[in-house]
Amino acid sequence: MATAAVVSGERESYLNAKYGLKSWLLTVDHKRIALLYLISITFFFFIGGFFALLIRLELLTPAGDLVQADVYNKLFTMHGLVMIFFFLIPAVPAVLGNFLIPLMIGAKDLAFPRINLLSWYLYMVGGTLMIYTILAGGVDTGWTFYTPLSTEFLNTNVISAALAAFVAGFSSILTGLNFIVTIHRMRAPGMTWNRLPLFVWAHYATSIIQILGTPVVAIAIVLVALERLLHLGIFNPALGGDPLLFQHLFWFYSHPAVYIMILPGMGIVSEIVCCFSRKRIFGYKAMALAVLGIAVIGFLVWAHHMFVAGISLYAALVFSLLTYFVGVPSAIKVFNWTATMYKGSITYQTPMLYAFAFIGLFTIGGLTGLFLASLGIDVHVTDTYFVVAHFHYVMVGGMVVAYLAGMHFWWPKISGRMYPEGWGKLAALLVFVGFNLTFFPQFVLGYMGMPRRYHAYPPEFQILNVLSTAGATILAVGYLLPMVYFLWSLRYGAIAPANPWGAAGLEWQTTSPPPEFNFENQPVVTWEAYNYDEIPEPEEVPVAH
Amino acid sequence: MHTSSTAVAENHAHDNPALLHHFSTEAQQRNAASLGMWVFLAQEVMFFGGMFCAYLVYRFKYPADFAAASKSIAILPGAVNTAVLICSSLTVVLAVRAAQLGKRKALVAWLLLTIFLGLVFLGIKGYEYHDKYVEHHIPGPSFHFDGDLIDHPGVPASQAHTQMYFSLYFAMTGMHALHMIIGVGIFAYLAWMAWRGKYGAEYYTPIENSGLYWHFVDIVWIYLFPLIYLIDRHK
Amino acid sequence: MFQHMPLWPDSASKMSGHVDELYIFMLLVTFAMTGLIFAGVTIFAVKFRKRKGRHAEQIEGSTLLELTWSVIPFGVMLIYFVWGAVIYFRERTPPQNTAEVYVVAKQWMWKLEHMEGQREINELHVPLGRDVKLIMTSQDVIHSFYIPAFRIKQDVLPGRYTTMWFHATKPGTYHLFCAEYCGTQHSGMIGSIVVMEDRDYMAWMSGSGSQPLAVTGEKLFSELGCVTCHRSDTQGRGPALAGVFGQPVLLEDGRTVTADENYVRESILEPAAKVVRGFKPVMPTFQGQVSDEQLNALVAYVKSLNQPQAAQGTVAAITRQP
Repeated sequence: MATAAVVSGERESYLNAKYGLKSWLLTVDHKRIALLYLISITFFFFIGGFFALLIRLELLTPAGDLVQADVYNKLFTMHGLVMIFFFLIPAVPAVLGNFLIPLMIGAKDLAFPRINLLSWYLYMVGGTLMIYTILAGGVDTGWTFYTPLSTEFLNTNVISAALAAFVAGFSSILTGLNFIVTIHRMRAPGMTWNRLPLFVWAHYATSIIQILGTPVVAIAIVLVALERLLHLGIFNPALGGDPLLFQHLFWFYSHPAVYIMILPGMGIVSEIVCCFSRKRIFGYKAMALAVLGIAVIGFLVWAHHMFVAGISLYAALVFSLLTYFVGVPSAIKVFNWTATMYKGSITYQTPMLYAFAFIGLFTIGGLTGLFLASLGIDVHVTDTYFVVAHFHYVMVGGMVVAYLAGMHFWWPKISGRMYPEGWGKLAALLVFVGFNLTFFPQFVLGYMGMPRRYHAYPPEFQILNVLSTAGATILAVGYLLPMVYFLWSLRYGAIAPANPWGAAGLEWQTTSPPPEFNFENQPVVTWEAYNYDEIPEPEEVPVAH
Repeated sequence: MHTSSTAVAENHAHDNPALLHHFSTEAQQRNAASLGMWVFLAQEVMFFGGMFCAYLVYRFKYPADFAAASKSIAILPGAVNTAVLICSSLTVVLAVRAAQLGKRKALVAWLLLTIFLGLVFLGIKGYEYHDKYVEHHIPGPSFHFDGDLIDHPGVPASQAHTQMYFSLYFAMTGMHALHMIIGVGIFAYLAWMAWRGKYGAEYYTPIENSGLYWHFVDIVWIYLFPLIYLIDRHK
Repeated sequence: MFQHMPLWPDSASKMSGHVDELYIFMLLVTFAMTGLIFAGVTIFAVKFRKRKGRHAEQIEGSTLLELTWSVIPFGVMLIYFVWGAVIYFRERTPPQNTAEVYVVAKQWMWKLEHMEGQREINELHVPLGRDVKLIMTSQDVIHSFYIPAFRIKQDVLPGRYTTMWFHATKPGTYHLFCAEYCGTQHSGMIGSIVVMEDRDYMAWMSGSGSQPLAVTGEKLFSELGCVTCHRSDTQGRGPALAGVFGQPVLLEDGRTVTADENYVRESILEPAAKVVRGFKPVMPTFQGQVSDEQLNALVAYVKSLNQPQAAQGTVAAITRQP
């Protein structure tokens, strides 16, 4: 059962080292766990995407005519819950981080392989609870669970939804814990902190947030569940409670959570921009400090979600100012990526196209965040489509684009196959066009005053909503294409060499796909990161037959 | 570090069955486990921190009612429990010491004593909870608080605010007790493994790290006790 | 300028123009920065594309550049901060002598009561060119009172008052939206703000013939027995209330608080929370015995005790504003 069957011509790798369902479901190999995560998060991405499509279809017309109001409220709630807790937060760390971090630092596995597997099972338990919530009729609190609405005034499956998020949170905490210990203790000889790929730095910063932030939302969710079950009154003004206390506890995590989502993506972009410019990153130290800075300062700004919630004037001033501080390291990163391209030798493979898209879309997303940080503007546009547009620019235009960039870049390493480059470029174009058409009109809608979470709206908002829905359909096609051609490539894609891109990094110095224990011999690092002056340009990249 | 000496160290180290395949040396494995436990405790601090935060907000909002509610909780069981937990941290330290010295029987004894003290703590907690049940201090439909404000005898404390106190009381001590139960379970497993001779001077990492966990649960109690039991006791 | 653009909201208040000015500044900066980055990436991507015989030039970095492109953007961000903060400060500091409207939000409608007694549902008539303050609370969940044409919104909370003020500058009818998700009919919790010229507003006001809110409050004050303890002399078991509103109050535990709307409301619902120095906590709670509307009337009454001659907040009592 456990013997490796080496068919002539088929290389031995982690994919075929062991066979059988048990060898996958009980694996402790970080690469296999990454694939388990890949399948599950793709599944949830399409569920969340399906809800989004229904939302956009409803919003084609001003009247609430496709679905009833309470169904609509469930759609946007579950779109948010599924996308945030079951896609955005785990995707890059649990798939690419899990797969690549040991390889990038020259280790055989993460520090705690069994805890890694436990993380995945916790994710699946949380996911099952989420599926149960959906099948049992859904939940309509909004992903933000504001009290007392969620505790006293709704009859839907709030507790199971809260539990789903709670369990998924612990999956996230354990992943972060694993990464921190791995990066501290498992680096190969010569892999000093100053030689770490920025992908690893980004995950280190992300893990700090996961560990310190997630428990606070966990306790907030537990208190909401208890309040609902036992009518305790902790957040209920009628019993002396304070609904703002929930908001503070919730946003204390949920703001840093957005940095959990974006920092790994930034790490990916750094790797790709360097590779396809054949250049070391411009300002390595600044880039590493920037991700740490974002992680730390990101904990100090949460109440910018509460400027009109009833906090004091002075609190609002403090949080507005602090929010501008967190903008600076993000800006530095955008400039440094651009500067890295200067005097490079640039090629336009699919990962690089996604990286270009990321830089542009993250710039817009980040700059619109500055609008929201300004108190005078926020009073007008908070709780409107302006906010929806802003966070989709950074989450989708930023993080999802970066995720796709990373999946294309490391697909040869993960699967041993090349994806079809022509289709890759087409999908990237569709994603870029579809995304902008979907979300740019929403900035205008927001300033015009269209509130978010509205099932029906005044007719003057229709034309922009129609544009947005049109964009969403294009975007959907852009997302479906990689699904299809990645699967296609598993059988028909060109066989990938160890380093098809001529990229720097230890992961490229082992076979594609890697053997079960990553390296034949433990690497010893004697070179700096991004040593593109020493690495030859790749041979013509193999294409699909 | 030269590749050759690393390889030699690796080869010898892998004679130790406790060394997992992905670590090069026992020292690396030990350091990783220790750092892992500290990181885990950091997130536990944040977890309890959220509850402490909620407690402090309402403590300052309703000081008189919280003082009245706190007074209704008997100090003696809480104080005894504090002493019990501190002693159990001592037995944990002695267990680690015994492991370091390779004394199997002493190790098992100290582990069992720790478990015993943990169960004493939980037992006293159960007795306290029973008291709260009898006095109708459990939040919910049957909650009723009979007590006056300390500074104003004759003025009854607010039902809503004292119920808030007890909601937080049960949430915080309940979460703490849950961590104690898990700790007792872990130590039971350790005691069994120790009896089978798994731990000795070369390898006692699980004892050490579980000890860290136990000390953390103890420290949480040391914060809980004065915050919950000792409000305005000087009055 | 932007009145008739289909993609821009109406600008109908004193502050809306200021908000638009800041927004346009931000748009310009954003377009410039985005243009810069897009241009940079595109130009570099083309100019430095891979070509035979040319290799990439390794550049470690430049501390000077890092500082430059940290400090300059931060400077712009500080402008964003200060400008926005000034607007916010003005929005959150109501002027003296505003006309007042009490708002009670509930799932899924807005109930409004003017000081003069007019009641409205989902519609708010306000006079042009006057300062108007809304004193708002919710009967159930958190809502948010949003007037896009005035560029303001404020969350409306259960259990306390939040306030918002504006000065309408253009007659017309404008959207009122609930902007905090509040359950099934959240998107149905909409209405209108009707800004009327003075004469039309006076006509509308006199059409209803209801009694001023403070008078309703005075009646309640007597019916509920408040007058037994809160006498106008110093002999009552509770403090006399004339001139109290808006002033600092010394409490028995040493704190000093301002007697605002929330203080009065809390004193009725949770009297033991803040006890005035020199008095005992003997006041019974009226939680469950008064509705939000009745509380509003009592608050209005207590306010009116500051100016016994004319009921506070009526149009007649406010001198013409420029």
